[in-house]
Amino acid sequence: MGADQVSELYPLRAANVAARVFDGEVIVMNPADSSLFNLNETGTAIWQAADGTTSLREIVEREICGVSEIDSDTALADAEEFARALAGHGILLLRTEPA
Amino acid sequence: MSGLMGKLNQRAAERGIPLSVHIDLTWACNERCVHCYLDHDDHSELSLAELRDLLDQMAAAGVFFLTLSGGEIFLRRDLEQIVRHARLRGFDIKLKTNGMLAGAKEIAWIRELGVHQVQISIYSHRPEAHDAITKVRGSLHRSLRAIRLLRDNGVHVVIACVLMKSNATDFDGVQSLARELDAEFTIDPTITPHWNGDRSPLSLNISRDELSQVYSKESLVGDVAAFRALPGPVDDATLDGTPCSAGHTSCYISPHGNLYPCVQFPLPCGNVREQAFTRIWRDSEKLREVRAIRARDLPVCSGCGHVGSCSRCPGLAYMEGSMYGPSGADCEKAFVRTGLPTANMLRRSGLVQISL
Repeated sequence: MGADQVSELYPLRAANVAARVFDGEVIVMNPADSSLFNLNETGTAIWQAADGTTSLREIVEREICGVSEIDSDTALADAEEFARALAGHGILLLRTEPA
Repeated sequence: MSGLMGKLNQRAAERGIPLSVHIDLTWACNERCVHCYLDHDDHSELSLAELRDLLDQMAAAGVFFLTLSGGEIFLRRDLEQIVRHARLRGFDIKLKTNGMLAGAKEIAWIRELGVHQVQISIYSHRPEAHDAITKVRGSLHRSLRAIRLLRDNGVHVVIACVLMKSNATDFDGVQSLARELDAEFTIDPTITPHWNGDRSPLSLNISRDELSQVYSKESLVGDVAAFRALPGPVDDATLDGTPCSAGHTSCYISPHGNLYPCVQFPLPCGNVREQAFTRIWRDSEKLREVRAIRARDLPVCSGCGHVGSCSRCPGLAYMEGSMYGPSGADCEKAFVRTGLPTANMLRRSGLVQISL
């Protein structure tokens, strides 16, 4: 999927998962299957910004490109892969419209 | 413990983060279990407002794993509001209940709020044996009805079976029941003293032969030969180790706001009505003392061959007289498991002298 389509994704943290910032990184527990996740610094930034109203493109530009030298297309593609992986585990929702 | 859980616990211990907290919301109960260690009188429980404030403080302090227990938690009419607030604050939530008051409405919000796990005690598959322990006729039937409803709604259920003389041989039946209900099964062969110091509940403990039968069940202990193997040599890493998470990364809060290292460790460290949670966690002299104890500081246990593999509970040791001392119940377990007497047993028999 290309960057243009990624820009239309609005990630939202799933309502019923447990999450906590722990030592600078987010840990997430999915109660549905007891799977536990430890997000790295970049994943933590995306997770915390995933409010359902901010697009993934905005999140990447603000949280990743704004603090690193990675090019925006690569960062967006990586972020989409990450977001889809979390969505596959049921802990993040990916919407095509803002909430 | 999974690799990630182990790493979280280690990091939490290094950074002084209270990763897990167990709160008893009430000590009131609609059962009267023969082995219960609690006082069921009301000593002014934390209100909903106080609990919301406490949960806010705990979330800010980094607490992630939250256990809400009792007493019987469904006797609190505000339980749903408490759990809703805990969900808002991002906790991983586990409930302990007998389930007798949990109907369709309660189970609907348990599912809606993403409660991770509901633990229900089942003492026997035989109604007469279970109900004799809870002293409530029909209690097994009502608890099983709740488990079925929870499972029908996709909620993860743990069936906990505390073993005592009257149900010593029923664990197979309860385990089969757990399989049939698609619930997890856990067993606890230890009866603890009453919190008021009364040690008479210990007379309910199962015998060594009965405990040995439990330890011979692969379905309960895994590889029986490995589980029952003699302990390995004791090294410095073992002697520099800490006994368990109590007071290090976890603690217990009573319905009245008293904070202790663990529900089995009644060493009062402060009260959340009088001091902020973080202040007690960080500054309590008693918690600091608990955290400072290493295996090498234990006069009896540091010289015991079991020290590296023993499940020694510092809380039970405290209830026996000293948190630096041995826990007799765990000495029994180590002996029955391996056939090798503990240093404490040898000392008591007079065969070995240990300077205290």
